[in-house]
Amino acid sequence: MENNLSHYVPRIEELARKLGLDYYPVDFEMVPNNFMMEIAVYGLPVRMPHWSFGVRYIHQLVRQTMGHSRIFEVMFPGNPCHAYLVNANSIAENVLVTAHVIGHADFSKNNQLFERFHKMGGGRIVEQSAERAHRIEAAMEQHGKQRVEAVLDAALALEPHIDLDQDLHRPRYATHSAAPTFDPTTTFVRRFQELTGPNAAAESDDAVHRLPIPPHPEKDLLWFIAQYGPELDPWERDIFLAVREEAFYFYPVFACQIMNEGWASYWHARLLREAEFLPQDLYLDAIKAHSDVVRPIAAEQQTALSINPYHLGFMMWEKIIARDGLEAARAIMREEDDFGFIRNYLDRALAEELGLFVFDAQEDGEIKITSKSIHAVREAILAPKFNFGAPRIAVAELRNDGTLVLDHDFHTDSRGLDTSRARKVLDYIHTIWRRPVVLRTVDGRGAACEIATE
Amino acid sequence: MTADSRITAEQPWYDLFSRGARDWIRHNEKVRAALKHSLPQIVSDGDVLTKSGDHSVFVPVKFLEHARFRLTDPSSEQGVGQGQGEPGDVLRQGQQPGDGDGEGAGGEGEGEVRFVMEVTIDDIMDWLWDELKLPDLKPRPNATVNDDDYVREGYDKHGPRARLDRRRTMKEAIKRRAVQEDAPAFTNDDLRFRQLKRRHSPALNAVVVCALDVSASMAEQQRKLAKTFFFFATHGLRRQYSKVELVFVAHTVNAWEFSESEFFEVTASGGTAASSAFNLSLDILKSRFDPARYNCYFFYASDGDNFSEDRASAQQALAELAQLSNYIGYLEVLPASFGSGETEMSRLMTQARGGVASIGISKVARDEDIWHALRHFFMQEAQRAEA
Repeated sequence: MENNLSHYVPRIEELARKLGLDYYPVDFEMVPNNFMMEIAVYGLPVRMPHWSFGVRYIHQLVRQTMGHSRIFEVMFPGNPCHAYLVNANSIAENVLVTAHVIGHADFSKNNQLFERFHKMGGGRIVEQSAERAHRIEAAMEQHGKQRVEAVLDAALALEPHIDLDQDLHRPRYATHSAAPTFDPTTTFVRRFQELTGPNAAAESDDAVHRLPIPPHPEKDLLWFIAQYGPELDPWERDIFLAVREEAFYFYPVFACQIMNEGWASYWHARLLREAEFLPQDLYLDAIKAHSDVVRPIAAEQQTALSINPYHLGFMMWEKIIARDGLEAARAIMREEDDFGFIRNYLDRALAEELGLFVFDAQEDGEIKITSKSIHAVREAILAPKFNFGAPRIAVAELRNDGTLVLDHDFHTDSRGLDTSRARKVLDYIHTIWRRPVVLRTVDGRGAACEIATE
Repeated sequence: MTADSRITAEQPWYDLFSRGARDWIRHNEKVRAALKHSLPQIVSDGDVLTKSGDHSVFVPVKFLEHARFRLTDPSSEQGVGQGQGEPGDVLRQGQQPGDGDGEGAGGEGEGEVRFVMEVTIDDIMDWLWDELKLPDLKPRPNATVNDDDYVREGYDKHGPRARLDRRRTMKEAIKRRAVQEDAPAFTNDDLRFRQLKRRHSPALNAVVVCALDVSASMAEQQRKLAKTFFFFATHGLRRQYSKVELVFVAHTVNAWEFSESEFFEVTASGGTAASSAFNLSLDILKSRFDPARYNCYFFYASDGDNFSEDRASAQQALAELAQLSNYIGYLEVLPASFGSGETEMSRLMTQARGGVASIGISKVARDEDIWHALRHFFMQEAQRAEA
């Protein structure tokens, strides 16, 4: 079977290059189904141990045993990319998956968001995460399971709380304000002095002074705790930074899911269609697998209460390429993420054709269609994606006694935090921070409240 | 042109080690540790008392949640769906609040999934003893609670046929044959018989009488408290004694003996005369359990009410019970909102304690109080046995 696949893969790649796909080489690996499931659960082939993955693992095991979920491939962008295929799948399925992976590889090399994170991370995520896992296992040997687990409890709970506008590797804050550079020859200063009106610059303190920590609200909680934790051991800091690095890796995958899966689905369909070297029966089997993957609604049902990103993305790319051509599509693929993609390219006609709607699920279980307006549909698709899917929480202040003060931006999030969960997370943080931790938010009724440890 | 892609076969270790299973086991360890804190709920339903020894209970537990910051649940949740339908269409009917609250609504979100964990009673009791730092009990020291027991000890060349040790005898024969020429297969000298010795051993039998006031004033919640207490008390005694017999007595103005399963179902109306239960227990103890061979424990749970006309006879019966028993535990189960002040029954008990009897009194209103009561009883009993 494997021989057969290695027979087709070079030809598919040849065809892909001819059609303009441009990607780093892919290391395909055939793995058993159980290993595949673990890759999907952990998000990476070898990743740090934590009990919360055990819970996800059992859920996935149950789903898989009940036949609700089947994983065909997992692909890790990088140079080279790593792709895992299930060795028990049919040759037709794996030919399809190979083509799909090549679509992903093309996307991840060319999309600007992927490219930026690839440059910061170094493009060796599979090896790096395995290294980190070994380091953490070694720390468990050295410092005991309990202590390492406490650090992971805190770090993994804060996984999405990174600052995506900053670099992965960033320096600590400047301790002092920079001395104002005032060069009277610059155009700005000349023009400023030519302005009419009171001709004095605002009274500014020219003296260099010590800056507070943080000098501005800090969104990157993982980074802040790692850098400024008052009593953090170096190995604890390491774990925080390890989790943070992986969060940076996960972001582009998260933020481009619809585009990326759609792009890969478009290409697996097209590559198979144009692969004249494929025997007819193999092609038919592969196309059947394709239609299973991009099926929006379960066969026996009229409606689905979720969207299938493979299907939505696939349909959008088909439309775009049919209308504007491949070059225009590639430009979109390079520049957008899901936010731009959905807002700019999911149009009214397509939404109508697909039957997209916004629904409202009441607490008592009633589910009602509330809107089919294109704006509502777009925003509802994107709603779970903002800010890496997490509430906006920033470090506001580091008090003299070491108290860590966090602020929740409930105006932007439109409501407060689930206080019992927030309290638990604060407890996790407190174990590592070792000084009081305070979080300011609003409660369920919208009244300001402060959650504090101890 | 970049390097070509490669296809490799699987690494051999993938089949041998499952990280998911490893982390799942770790999760279960944590659940088990967390279970300790909900012990009273675990045992408050099902007939867990009379089943003995190595049996275990199945406890439904929730998956642990690794908390993250999350927004409060909105009153309604929005999502995007796909298919036929127009605004205003209801895709699924709401349910009346209350129905489907139990099993029916399960399995909706990930948080709803539950699983069942097997916990052995022994584990539970070990946790409890660790947690409460409870002492091991000593059997009744001064009374005539000695059992005569025969134990094997040594060998002799003479003895009754029934105690012939064939293996020993064979060995002797082989040894002899090894040094003799023309040796006969067996001789009388080869024979070895087991010796028995008489030995005193303290009686390791105990009888526990669980007496419960089932008059109308005892509500469901109070009975559950009593039941939970009985459970831990009897299992605590099981740790100490090799054989624990249970007797269940319920009373209003009359008293009856029940099987365990019936015992906790019993409801009766009417007043309260504790002497009936005391007297019935006395009869049972005297007729079925030889006080010389059994350590008697008498546990009584009531809300404290007792007819004042019953005072004299209750007092007398209680005194007699105290003579017979190692220990009397009185558990006053109170409704969640209770007034202070001494009840009729606790007055009786306090009076009886004035005599020789060892009597423990505890008031219990909530699940947590059970631990105090248990600790109280076992510490007191241990001290008494020590003295």
